Amino acid sequence: MPETAAPAAGRRRAPTDPPASFRWTRRIVLTFLAVFTLVPVYAMISSSLKPLKDVQGAFHWLPSEPTLRPYVDMWSTVPLARYFANSVIVAVGATAASVVIAIGAAYAVSRYRFAGRRVFTVTVLSTQMFPGILFLLPLFLIFVNVGNATGIALYGSRGALILTYLTFSLPFSIWMLAGYFESIPRELDEAARVDGCGPVGALLRVIVPASLPGIVAVTVYAFMTAWGEVLFASVMTNDQTRTLSIGLQGYSTQHEVYWNQVMAASLVVSVPVVAGFLLLQRFLVTGLTAGAVK
Amino acid sequence: MTSANVSPGTTRAGGAAGGRRGRPGGPGAAGGAPTARARRPRRRLRLPPRLLPYLLLAPAVVAELVVHVVPIAVGVWMSFRDLTLFYIRDWAKAPGKGLGNYRIAVDFDAAIGKDLLGSFLVTVGVTVLAVGLSWLLGTAAAILMQERFRGRGLLRAAFLVPYALPVYAAVMTWGFLFQRDTGMVDHVLVDQLHLTGGDRPFWLIGGNSFWALLTVIVWRSWPFAFLVLMAGLQNVPRDLYEASALDGAGVWRQIRHITLPALRPVNQVLVLVLFLWTFNDFNTPFVLFGKAAPDGGDLVSLHIYQTSFITWNFGAGSAMSVLLLLFLLLVTAVYLIATSRRRTARA
Repeated sequence: MPETAAPAAGRRRAPTDPPASFRWTRRIVLTFLAVFTLVPVYAMISSSLKPLKDVQGAFHWLPSEPTLRPYVDMWSTVPLARYFANSVIVAVGATAASVVIAIGAAYAVSRYRFAGRRVFTVTVLSTQMFPGILFLLPLFLIFVNVGNATGIALYGSRGALILTYLTFSLPFSIWMLAGYFESIPRELDEAARVDGCGPVGALLRVIVPASLPGIVAVTVYAFMTAWGEVLFASVMTNDQTRTLSIGLQGYSTQHEVYWNQVMAASLVVSVPVVAGFLLLQRFLVTGLTAGAVK
Repeated sequence: MTSANVSPGTTRAGGAAGGRRGRPGGPGAAGGAPTARARRPRRRLRLPPRLLPYLLLAPAVVAELVVHVVPIAVGVWMSFRDLTLFYIRDWAKAPGKGLGNYRIAVDFDAAIGKDLLGSFLVTVGVTVLAVGLSWLLGTAAAILMQERFRGRGLLRAAFLVPYALPVYAAVMTWGFLFQRDTGMVDHVLVDQLHLTGGDRPFWLIGGNSFWALLTVIVWRSWPFAFLVLMAGLQNVPRDLYEASALDGAGVWRQIRHITLPALRPVNQVLVLVLFLWTFNDFNTPFVLFGKAAPDGGDLVSLHIYQTSFITWNFGAGSAMSVLLLLFLLLVTAVYLIATSRRRTARA
């Protein structure tokens, strides 16, 4: 390891460019990655503007005659609006619950030393590694049998899906927020306490505002997790509660596959999450850095 | 950066000075009187009753219990039961089966065990290649984009798009691109580059499905590696580079001797997370291939799902899930022990 010598003020690194070998490697590698990343995205966009006959024949890079028809037709081929509403309800519900619960848990983990603290963090984090299929079969049976015994319809309900999804983002959210809270000086809490706040008041008035970027980041993460989940949605929903992740496959169970509508619908359901993610990714990077400090 | 002495006026005089911990990896003890605060006892918030932390944790604990802990316990119980179609709605009546379900799962001479083994091997192959490639691409991009250049922000946003897309939207798009007659992949390979000598390969059925699946998984997961490594690079102290530049080290030497070693702790977690995600991946093959995955793309989660919901034999499915979990626990434990030992050996 080289010594971390503090350079004298006048001897700062000259703003030299990296050598040509580095610049060329950078150009070639990044061009390859950009092509690999963006060609499917381009195909998605261009195909969503094609008339049906274009996507039934050989592939072409450009639509023969660009049209917005797929964006109109997609709403009637499958009940897309209903799937959309279901996805919004489930994802918003799971996200809100997950973030609120994670804030409380992260506050407890970062500001208190209590019996069971370590057991809790280790258990919660390790559930992250378990295969979803392991919970799926028992959870399905539990929901079916609890429903049979009590008459409460869990299986197929949006509430059960919200409960399930909120636990998927919970471990990461708690871990990241705990890291974030650790980086907030305790004097701030104490100042609030002196001013007469209770511990919960200190959390709400001081910690939460000070860690807003972290909270934004876990909100994005929780929403993306719930919005994109497929496995549990494929089993736990029925016709009325079906979400987009399964509903979109309806375009291809017909005798014809309406690829242009599939692409249009995919694009429409993606734009909100992608735009939100790209706008807020800076917070996610800062959040990851803060979490890693732990 | 959080500075340690915010709002000195409002705190009690002499009461609280200095954060509980300095920033690890920060450039030394940054000023300040270091001796006085090192031994200060940990300040406990007095006012709340001892119950408060438990109260704050309760919702998280309940949710984890209901969705994860209890179902795992039930799943283990199910794996010892003859839980077939007849007992799905009334599971308490399912008769015990001892280790019977496990025996079926690992009987590699019979059809069920043989298929499970095949699916397991395919999963191992996909996982090793996908983790390696995702890590490689993510590292290359993160390091090459460490320095500012024109268009960096835009390119970074573009690279993150596959990760931000909902799985099903992304995978359905790839499903379209991999169509034999109407897809882009064969159009480029066969019609434009003439690489196959006129053959139009199938991608979503037969042996090629392995490569199709690998492509989609890498496309979706390398941006995650990129994102995490970008965050990791922000913690590498800049003065290390400046010092080594003064010593005459070029950019390639800096990458080898500063950047890559500094990323090692991040990599330890990243590789493990990528491994677990890929090995457990259900969404990608399920959306790409539909309900009947070809052998080349039959990842183990999807395989268990199909076995369970086609035969409605949840006992056997649970036994397979438990075996999968045991395997993952074993690999994770070995990995963590091996990587931590290497780290302590170096220190």
